[in-house]
Amino acid sequence: MQQCEQLSEQMARFNDELQATIAGFQKPASGLDKAGREALEGGSLGRRSFLKLAGLAGGGLVLAFRIDAGKAAAEPGAAGNHGPSADQELNAFVRVAPDNTVTIYSKAPEIGQGIKTAFGLIIAEELDADWSKVKVEQAPIMPKIYGSQGAGGSTSIPRGWDQLRQGGAAARAMLVAAAAAKWIVPASELSASASVVTHASSGRKATYGELANAAAAMPVPDVATLKLKERKDYKLLGKRYTGVDNRRLVTGQPLFGIDVTVPGMLYANYQMAPAIGGTVKSANLDEIKKMPGVVDAFVIDGTGNPGEVMTGIAIIAKNTWTTFKAKEALKVDWDETHASTDSLTGLAVQAKALKGKLPPPATNIGDVDAAFASAAKVVEADYDYGMVTHAHLEPQSTTAWWHDGVMEIWTQTQQPNSGQSMVMAMLKLPQEKVILHQMRAGGGFGRRLQNDYVCQAAAIAMKVNAPVKLTWKREDDFANDFNRVGGFHYLKGGLSKDGKLTAFQNHLIGFSADGNRPVAGSGRSNGCFPTDFAPNVRYALSNLPLMTRCGAWRAPTDNVQYFVSQGFMHELSTAAGRDHVEFLEEWFNRPPAKEVAREGPPGQGTPDPSQLFNPARAVSVVKLTAEKAGWGKKLPAGRGMGLAFSWSHAGHASHAVEISVSANKKITLHRIVTVVDVGPVINMSSAEQQMQGATIDALSTVMNLEVTVEKGRVQETNFHEYPILRMADAPQVEAHFIQSDFRPTGLGEPAYPSFAPALANAIFAATGQRVRTMPFSRMGYSL
Amino acid sequence: MPYQLNVNRKMVTVDVPGEMPLLWALRDELDLKGPKYGCGVGMCGACTVLMDGKAIRSCLTPVSEAKGRIVTIEGLAENGKLHALQEAWIDLDVAQCGYCQGGQILSAAALLSEHPKPTDAQIDEAMNGNLCRCATYIRIREAIHQAAEPEKKMEGAFHATV
Repeated sequence: MQQCEQLSEQMARFNDELQATIAGFQKPASGLDKAGREALEGGSLGRRSFLKLAGLAGGGLVLAFRIDAGKAAAEPGAAGNHGPSADQELNAFVRVAPDNTVTIYSKAPEIGQGIKTAFGLIIAEELDADWSKVKVEQAPIMPKIYGSQGAGGSTSIPRGWDQLRQGGAAARAMLVAAAAAKWIVPASELSASASVVTHASSGRKATYGELANAAAAMPVPDVATLKLKERKDYKLLGKRYTGVDNRRLVTGQPLFGIDVTVPGMLYANYQMAPAIGGTVKSANLDEIKKMPGVVDAFVIDGTGNPGEVMTGIAIIAKNTWTTFKAKEALKVDWDETHASTDSLTGLAVQAKALKGKLPPPATNIGDVDAAFASAAKVVEADYDYGMVTHAHLEPQSTTAWWHDGVMEIWTQTQQPNSGQSMVMAMLKLPQEKVILHQMRAGGGFGRRLQNDYVCQAAAIAMKVNAPVKLTWKREDDFANDFNRVGGFHYLKGGLSKDGKLTAFQNHLIGFSADGNRPVAGSGRSNGCFPTDFAPNVRYALSNLPLMTRCGAWRAPTDNVQYFVSQGFMHELSTAAGRDHVEFLEEWFNRPPAKEVAREGPPGQGTPDPSQLFNPARAVSVVKLTAEKAGWGKKLPAGRGMGLAFSWSHAGHASHAVEISVSANKKITLHRIVTVVDVGPVINMSSAEQQMQGATIDALSTVMNLEVTVEKGRVQETNFHEYPILRMADAPQVEAHFIQSDFRPTGLGEPAYPSFAPALANAIFAATGQRVRTMPFSRMGYSL
Repeated sequence: MPYQLNVNRKMVTVDVPGEMPLLWALRDELDLKGPKYGCGVGMCGACTVLMDGKAIRSCLTPVSEAKGRIVTIEGLAENGKLHALQEAWIDLDVAQCGYCQGGQILSAAALLSEHPKPTDAQIDEAMNGNLCRCATYIRIREAIHQAAEPEKKMEGAFHATV
């Protein structure tokens, strides 16, 4: 029992850390995190002399962004010294080769969100580089130089925006200064475009490649003197670009973490306990070790932290397939005394029993009971949704090599900084002894915010006298995900005689490892709308115990709670006999309840306006959706249209869906329209991809996907039991953008949450049946 | 035991158990990382290669049975010239994470060799074995049409231009 409590405590602590991580990603970004700001503004890190390229020099000239010109000039030998050097604080890297090729280093992990191309474009825009001569490479993981290098919460763009533009502008200024010195003319008489500096009055021109050597010796401009472009002057941003890695991708180059080869490398698989918390009593390791091709097999006790390494068995072999084959032959007697016994069917029964048993509310505004008592109409509805897994197509893998007192790691994580620090803590190594090479990731969707597989590989590598590549089977991935948690909502809304929302109550039955703190993805979300927008509001949370690992999944909490809240909003507008678009607009413009600000998680400082819910942006998004979709037009018999809004990860977004439904509940999608306002678009091709991809991901998940847990074990094992949508069911998706003048924000997540309620509302419009559960296949619907 | 394989127009030898799936012989023994591991049970298509022009799942094909001419995504371009599908994939910016795309392109290549101008229904049938978790299906379909009938290339709301 004591161990059991320990595991609950570990799980709860792990969940706290994860919640903090997610909250951190949602933290309003003013463009720079602390390290980045210090480096640029001359804080404790940035004040140090030249900011040099660390370890990247070779074949070409390096232009580093040096901010403190005075100090830079004072450092002996600094000018022209661009060889590998000790840690120097840089924010971004530009390398200019004599042949006028510009290499830009993208600091964030590429997981399919298109960030490598976007970051390249942002820097190239301010650099006035010739995009056809730009190469973009993954920057090394060096948080002291780059600041945070994660990919999550759709924050890469808003956080990188200032830093990257300043980086590009600083390099441009140095190139211009070099030309000015060469031609002995004022810099103000020079212009730069497409990697060429021009002196108009004399007709002189020089390429960046020709100027690079001299530019590197120029003082780095003070960041305050850098004049960033106005939007109207953009030459690159906002147009369509193909991804910078596309040629390498379509020719099968080894870009992904799972593709890493290190000479002399061995291969590993790791068998974890089937239910979390299980330990090894005994196993046929001697038998396994005798199998042809197997090099070793051993138990790892683990750290007991579900986010690091749980007890399991490592199998080391000469190739991946042998590790899989040996795994099939592995017989383990697990001690499950203290292991998870979670049963989602049992928990659903418990959740139903909690209906009407309100705990003390977490939010209580106005007088809810009085408002319900005096309401002209009261609407009640029960919503729920199941658990889903990430199932990105590249399974977890990491290559690790313990050599010369250094743990060297190649992996595809969304959080390389925490991956590095977790390994440092686990192995008690200083930062310089843990090197993490960031590889391209075959999908992320939030799963790779976790670094459990990175820690596993490092723990295994400590016991193997060679580089070792850990590869999970797909079945390992299903069994050991950090799932999107399910939930149950009991809702109640009050309407006045004139059809206004007067009272709102949301009782969420969520999950917690310790009965108190919600697991990641459970608890309150911004998707609790209209919680903050009715005059009388009660929000209450009950927690059921859950040991199964849960985590962030594309648009965490919003991905389910907008289905609930916006499906219910449609129930309310319908009960009020009002047009849904008009009802939404009224709701957007209602002054928020006094106690609650219209922003993300409270207590995180003053956010930039781009990070706030903005009624005008919400209205314009919904109006454009209605206009494009032909909202209100007469539809042919049997057809219905649904429309829903979400505000998630700073993006205002909306979907309209037009469908018909057959007698046997088969849905035909006639039209899907989606609109988003995330400010100015960086790369129109990639932005449209994220809209279409998120919409079809939502369709796939909402219609058909669910994992179940019994006896602490996820029951689904591979894609035959988890029918991700395929080509034949993929609809066309019309994506539209409102490019407002707010700072740009991310787009990996915002286009996901409003699809589910739009589809549910369309089903109601077409059939009169409410869908209040996900996946919709639970109610017999299919595509 | 040693097996002779014809991979990307070259004869190569791998010394592995005959039951080893071709996927792992290609990846771990021949260092061809284009074919990807996704599920190991033939459900996702990431491991797709061509054998005698037909798209097969290399995760389900034992090395002992890989007796035809095998082409991986690394070998689709010939003499440095990209296949029309690869050009279309770049032109339309199809990939998001990109992990499945080698398999998608090879399934499409097999389709085009059978149906040079495929209908949407033929595309659905030929491509339904290839999962894309990022859901790039709209552009995969467009890219196949564009590769098949470049003269019909359309510029419009759903088309990326480079």
